[in-house]
Amino acid sequence: MNEKNALLIESAFKEYYFNRFDLIHVPQRAAEREFGYQKFNSGMTRHLVVKNDKELHLMLMKEVPSDVYCSNAYYMFPNLPMSEKDWKGADMIFDIDAKDLALPCRKDHTIFKCSSCNNSATEFQSQCPKCGSGKFETASVICKNCISESKKEVTKLVDILTTDLNVQKEQIETYFSGNEGFHIRVTNADYEPLGSQERADLVDYIMFNGAIPESFGIRRQNNSKSLLPTFEEKGWRGRVARKLFSSKSKVPKVTREIIASGYSAFQVQLEEIKKTMGVRVDPKVTMDIHRIFRLEGSINSKSGLSKIQCTNLDSFDPFLEACLLGDDNVEIMVDCPLQIRLKNKKFGPYKSEIVSLPKYAAVYMLCKGLGNAI
Amino acid sequence: MLKIGVKDLAKYPFLTEAGEYLRNTGLSLEQLGHPDWQPIVEKAYGRIVVASSGQIYGSDLETLDNDSELLSFLVAIILLKSAGIATLIRRFSLAESRRAERYLQQDLWVSRDKKNLELPLKIIRDLFAVNVSIDNEDFVIKVPDYLHRAIHFHEKEWKLVNRRVANGLVYLSAHETVRLIRAELGEYIHEKIQSVNVDSVPQIFRQRVEDLVTLAKKFSDTTYVSSEYPPCVKHGIEVLEKGENLPHSGRFLLATYLLSKGQTVDQIAPLFKNAPDYNERTTRYQLDHISGSSGSGTKYQCPSCEKLRSESLCFAIPDCDGIINPVQFGKKRKNQ
Ligand code: SF4
Ligand SMILES: [Zn+2]
Ligand SMILES: [Zn+2]
Repeated sequence: MNEKNALLIESAFKEYYFNRFDLIHVPQRAAEREFGYQKFNSGMTRHLVVKNDKELHLMLMKEVPSDVYCSNAYYMFPNLPMSEKDWKGADMIFDIDAKDLALPCRKDHTIFKCSSCNNSATEFQSQCPKCGSGKFETASVICKNCISESKKEVTKLVDILTTDLNVQKEQIETYFSGNEGFHIRVTNADYEPLGSQERADLVDYIMFNGAIPESFGIRRQNNSKSLLPTFEEKGWRGRVARKLFSSKSKVPKVTREIIASGYSAFQVQLEEIKKTMGVRVDPKVTMDIHRIFRLEGSINSKSGLSKIQCTNLDSFDPFLEACLLGDDNVEIMVDCPLQIRLKNKKFGPYKSEIVSLPKYAAVYMLCKGLGNAI
Repeated sequence: MLKIGVKDLAKYPFLTEAGEYLRNTGLSLEQLGHPDWQPIVEKAYGRIVVASSGQIYGSDLETLDNDSELLSFLVAIILLKSAGIATLIRRFSLAESRRAERYLQQDLWVSRDKKNLELPLKIIRDLFAVNVSIDNEDFVIKVPDYLHRAIHFHEKEWKLVNRRVANGLVYLSAHETVRLIRAELGEYIHEKIQSVNVDSVPQIFRQRVEDLVTLAKKFSDTTYVSSEYPPCVKHGIEVLEKGENLPHSGRFLLATYLLSKGQTVDQIAPLFKNAPDYNERTTRYQLDHISGSSGSGTKYQCPSCEKLRSESLCFAIPDCDGIINPVQFGKKRKNQ
């Protein structure tokens, strides 16, 4: 990122970190966790210990990081190198990101920016119409649909966690990721000691990966004796039954159809169910038991929005509630072919023009690579 | 209080209570050295021989009521410790755990109606810290307890998604419950034997100890593990040595890899001996097939790292960097 842009963003972040102590806290058992941060145009600093809010605030004001992270793992010695940390356990974490959901709306809010001449377009082209270069960077700007689809995934996840896995509602914290999705953290002593492979299998459960027809009573041979799951069953068997039969009165008819179509047809049906009912989380995040994960309350430098907790997911509007930078105006150069909406105000489209924008909107443009400080 | 009788100890001679029972009978090692006890020594020796051949020593249920079952187990340990041969101890632990597994499964079944599951459940709880409870027809354990163990099995039906799960619990049959703790049972018995100290052995044991040393020579040619093997291959060999089940894809990896390293079917076949479903003829038939010496004559190639990764059989380490097939492991690349 160019130096001028970094300076502008940094000063906006600094103001936030200075003024909003009320929003920025260390998670519970902070002293057992590893912290890390990144500064603009420099590498990652890891293996830090931050024991309490006061130390955290001090670090934020001194360093003004672009991004701040904290481990979901608990260690005996969080500040030692990885091999000597002595892993004790980890919260379960889930990352739901709109970009992984393959939504049709994605193409409507993705901007392609030519890497050599900076010309931007809203449509994918194999070559830049201005300079002929074939290299593009993409930026995805805010989209309500992406957020509401991500929320649906969160709801599915919370349902499985609470009904199948016996996690209590109070043990689940849902956060807006600060960009295009949600982070979920589960603190539950039973699941805390699970290693990476165990978590991988748990994620497959949540995503409905690897289900075989036999588990739902469909066998390769002797299918006439098949025992399909029933409506009332718990877990995936019940979920699959409710999906297949849709209503109790249809059970006999659908059962006959399923048995008649056979094993491979049922396998295809399971694949379909996975697509619609499996929760689309990023498995790598949940499996990684040494990850440092974005710290709640901190700002995401991909957007300038904050990672904040959603107490009421349904009504949560990230473009209002997570947009927390100052609103005094700054002049910047913007090239954004789409209109965006932040804090209920519309901005753009702008065609490479100098405009005066509230700081939160200006920073958003810079973070997305759609503008430059002047 | 749960009463553990001699019949229970005959089934589960590795329980701590076995030691107490023995102490109460006032029997000492010296006394066991008396020629009167020779039949027990013979029984103990037989128990080891059976185990070393990969079979499970079967007690007839009648003898479960007398001390000879328990005593022969204890004497077997003394013989094994005096001979001091690791392979024999491992094979014995494995066979004994399979034997106990049978009883455990039976006890879980038989006791269902009598609502007298205390002993098998206590064994599972005390030895492996797993709480098993009953829900109607099923045994249930907590999801995390399940995951810890099930991830070592590679068959699809052990994936959590293919289990009945509700309220944080996994539902299992008696057979599955016991299957889940098999590896730990073997380990437990193994550790138990390791922890026994034997300083002096009665005269009448000596001959059998020497026989064990001779017996062990037969197995010395079956050690295959080389530090040169890639982690995926080592893992497969370990799984088999523990007597765990290796899925077909894992066996295929071992066979193709070792064949590509110039080993013969004869050298490879014994590797599969400990597999729970071992059958010498089918194993040979399959190996011949893979090596191309039968059937179509096609020689099968070792699967790629990517394929293995997708089957959760890859355990990559930094030395695996830059290779796409296990056979490349350890070969220095020319332009380096
Ligand atoms: S990277 Fe290849 S060689 Fe290494 S463990 Fe994985 S599969 Fe085996
Ligand atoms: Zn261009
Ligand atoms: Zn969208």
